[in-house]
Amino acid sequence: MHELGVVFHCIKQIKEIAAANNVTKINSVTIEIGEVSTVIPYYFEDCWNWAIKKEDLLMDSKLNIEVIPAVTHCEDCLKDYPTVVHGKTCPHCGSANTFLLEGNELYIKQIEVQEDV
Amino acid sequence: MDEVRIIEIKKSIFEDNDKDANNLRKELRHKGVFLLNLMSSPGSGKTTTLIKTINALKGDINIAVMEADIDSDVDAIKIKTATGVQSIQLHTGGMCHLDAEMTRQGLDGLDLNNTDLVILENVGNLVCPAEFDTGASKNCMILSVPEGHDKPLKYPLMFSVCDLVLINKMDVAPYFDFDIDKCKEYIHMRNPNAEVIPICAKTGDGIDKFVAWIKTNILQWKEGK
Repeated sequence: MHELGVVFHCIKQIKEIAAANNVTKINSVTIEIGEVSTVIPYYFEDCWNWAIKKEDLLMDSKLNIEVIPAVTHCEDCLKDYPTVVHGKTCPHCGSANTFLLEGNELYIKQIEVQEDV
Repeated sequence: MDEVRIIEIKKSIFEDNDKDANNLRKELRHKGVFLLNLMSSPGSGKTTTLIKTINALKGDINIAVMEADIDSDVDAIKIKTATGVQSIQLHTGGMCHLDAEMTRQGLDGLDLNNTDLVILENVGNLVCPAEFDTGASKNCMILSVPEGHDKPLKYPLMFSVCDLVLINKMDVAPYFDFDIDKCKEYIHMRNPNAEVIPICAKTGDGIDKFVAWIKTNILQWKEGK
């Protein structure tokens, strides 16, 4: 639902990076999306495809999405487990004393740019 | 010939917003303005709670209100008519939340001289407003009884970013299977530091406690805490 706002922020930052590097054309953008970041990759892609039509810089670019699996760590039994399957409660010992190790990321990983030589 | 180059970035998409929000917070602290970001589901009683609270506060504290909605200005008009305080309506243009830049634009439309407290009534939504830091001094949310005591389990991020949770519509609790102790337990599972105040905006019960919380927090903010 809020993917459009996220896409706008993402494009704004890419434009700033492009300007700082004298880039006028981008071939591809790689985004890392954590599994529990609340951003749904295919919604993100839909919003992205709509939004880049207005940007010369990104109009012909390809979007690569890399999903980072969510992993939770249990502070009582010190084991890790997949967050999406088990949630907040540790499947090994039943403790709720757990925290998210990774899976909440929302990163612009890299961009591939076209350079005139 | 064209050549292809990879620029590695590894930067959070929220980084620019977080930066804007921190700058805004610093400026507001400098001006002595406390910005309270109020969030909730649609229909939890945000506007009614605000009217009751503002009317209890306005003799002692100068207040301004920013109403954020997708469309219409009914809330800003309602606040203005019922309380007489300065209010402005922000339209998010279809977006489901406010970010720091939109908040700044709203603040620019208000007269902040001699204003102690600005309340931002965010878009009714428990997902996106939690993701975008508005630059507020403190975050508060309203959970109303009919929504159920298990809401903190369903929207963990919202509860983890809030300094204060108001539980509204306590007068109808006997008609719902709402367990306030369970609700507090679930909130503190997500956020051990969150304060919880049960209220009823319609009858005014508990509003005095919310008013006291606001006054204490404004004082601490002005003292630089």
